[in-house]
Amino acid sequence: MKPLIIADKTFQSRLFTGTGKFSSNQVMEDALLASESELVTVALRRVDLNNSQDDLLRHLNHPHINLLPNTSGVRTAKEAVFAAELAREALGTNWVKLEIHPDPRYLLPDSEETLKATGQLVKLGFVVLPYIQADPVLCKKLEDVGTAAVMPLGAPIGSNKGLQTRDFLRIIIEQSNVPVIVDAGIGAPSHAAEAIEMGADAVLVNTAIAVSNHPAMMGKAFKLAVEAAMLAREAKLAPVRDYAEASSPLTSFLD
Amino acid sequence: MDFYEILQQYDWEETRASIYSKTAADVEKALQNAQPTADDFMALISPAAAPYLEQMAQQSRSRTLSRFGKTMQLYVPLYLSNECTNFCTYCGFNHNNKIERNTLNKDQILKEAEAIRKLGFEHLLLVTGEHPRAAGFDYLKETLTLLKPLFSQLSVEVQPMDTAEYKALTDEGLHAVYVYQETYYEKRYPVYHPKGKKANFRYRLETAERLGKANIHKAGLGCLLGLEDWRVDSFFTALHLQFLKRNYWKTKYSIAFPRLRPHAGSFNPDYPISDREFVQLICAYRLLDENVELSLSTRESPKMRNHLAQLGITTMSAGSSTKPGGYAERTESLEQFAINDDRCPAEVEASLKAQGYEVVWKDWDTYMQQV
Repeated sequence: MKPLIIADKTFQSRLFTGTGKFSSNQVMEDALLASESELVTVALRRVDLNNSQDDLLRHLNHPHINLLPNTSGVRTAKEAVFAAELAREALGTNWVKLEIHPDPRYLLPDSEETLKATGQLVKLGFVVLPYIQADPVLCKKLEDVGTAAVMPLGAPIGSNKGLQTRDFLRIIIEQSNVPVIVDAGIGAPSHAAEAIEMGADAVLVNTAIAVSNHPAMMGKAFKLAVEAAMLAREAKLAPVRDYAEASSPLTSFLD
Repeated sequence: MDFYEILQQYDWEETRASIYSKTAADVEKALQNAQPTADDFMALISPAAAPYLEQMAQQSRSRTLSRFGKTMQLYVPLYLSNECTNFCTYCGFNHNNKIERNTLNKDQILKEAEAIRKLGFEHLLLVTGEHPRAAGFDYLKETLTLLKPLFSQLSVEVQPMDTAEYKALTDEGLHAVYVYQETYYEKRYPVYHPKGKKANFRYRLETAERLGKANIHKAGLGCLLGLEDWRVDSFFTALHLQFLKRNYWKTKYSIAFPRLRPHAGSFNPDYPISDREFVQLICAYRLLDENVELSLSTRESPKMRNHLAQLGITTMSAGSSTKPGGYAERTESLEQFAINDDRCPAEVEASLKAQGYEVVWKDWDTYMQQV
């Protein structure tokens, strides 16, 4: 399968994962290994940046796992830039998942602040992956300021409702010059497969794996679904038809 | 319209009557509503919902799991001062009580902080009585500056303050403020708060609005369960929550469940809430709001806390001492209330782990709110 390239990194897996809501760090590690995910997002606020033995980070210490620190919790572009700089220094990565949500309940991203912060962070040398509304115009503006990818939501975070923003995701994918990663709302392997079949470059899944009864098994299920969809895409899906082919041509009278 | 005006539109006795006249059909309707209304909440906390407790618990558990996962946040209170100019009839810090009063100085605070850090805590709740001279705004500001380098999240449960004061404290790293109304029954409020600054019902009620205006990250609400009819007070707490969410949407909210229990030789509540009713109330809140933080202190027993960890509670204190100086050294100062769960934090963690829950010690950092 075709690898995915974002900035300076190449990924064999198109399944990105998160680290929240697991019943233990060990359960998390087992699930992430089963998922074969190579990019794992970590909330900065959960990590003790002054402690190299931080338990969460210790469980993510595998050569194939790249850390993607996220700024979840900040409310403004200014706070996000400050947090990203601390993360770069402490974790030694210039990759950042930009999450700016002034709304602490549905954690919906602030488009205005996200655009502002993306521009600033790119100038500071960051590889920025912003979590955003499924807003095609915003995606083009983010491209203009140098975003490395876009991460539009499929449904409210943690809702497991699948691709509720399907029609807008299609437009984003159609127009995008940077990788499109569908983030938030993916609750079942079939949702992940749908996003990849539609043309998304990757998906990010957390809650659906973390809160299942068997996180490792679910991690593997998502891996298989994403791979199946990617294979199907490469093999070219047959077109969908709503009507049957007429058995005798309608225009033969013209011959 | 502010919340005080909304509250005035309700009559206590009529509200009580509507809660007690809810029927099984009302409860069933509420249970089927994916986004319950305040009226549904009334049904869920009514006596009619008692036979539906198991169903409520099932729903509460699954909603909590999908929003918060298998995690539990732990924090610890640090009592800075038991000096108090109020006369709350139910409280150990009542000005009339002849107890040894004490306010920690900087050295003592640092000693306490060191002892608390050793227990593993990153989230710290600072508590005082209401005493402007001994532990007022300046004292709190200095304390926050002192503790900011040592903890990831700092909160206070102290006297209500002005918007400008809250803004200034937020700049010093303050994350959350908990101010409980005790009771929303304006007519009966003076019975429990006869004198002192706390006697001002409206100023206390509007604290959460001032916090919203100050853009605080988290505000805690609650009533003292048992003081007045807990169902009516809880309904008004829920109304308060709904009002705040609509108007101050950048603030996260937390509900606490301090409950008074009959106790020999101390304040006896007129409206005690039983264990079953207590669980019913917590589940009702979770059904009302999937995202709200539900917090439980060490007033409750280990058994109750262990079970509620799976039924809706998302934050707990552990290993608490409710007297100033209680962590670093033993003092003779009186406690504010008796602890029912005296397990050390490591024991609480072990028992949560045994239930398949990950303890979250750290979910914030003061630099996240650096501006």
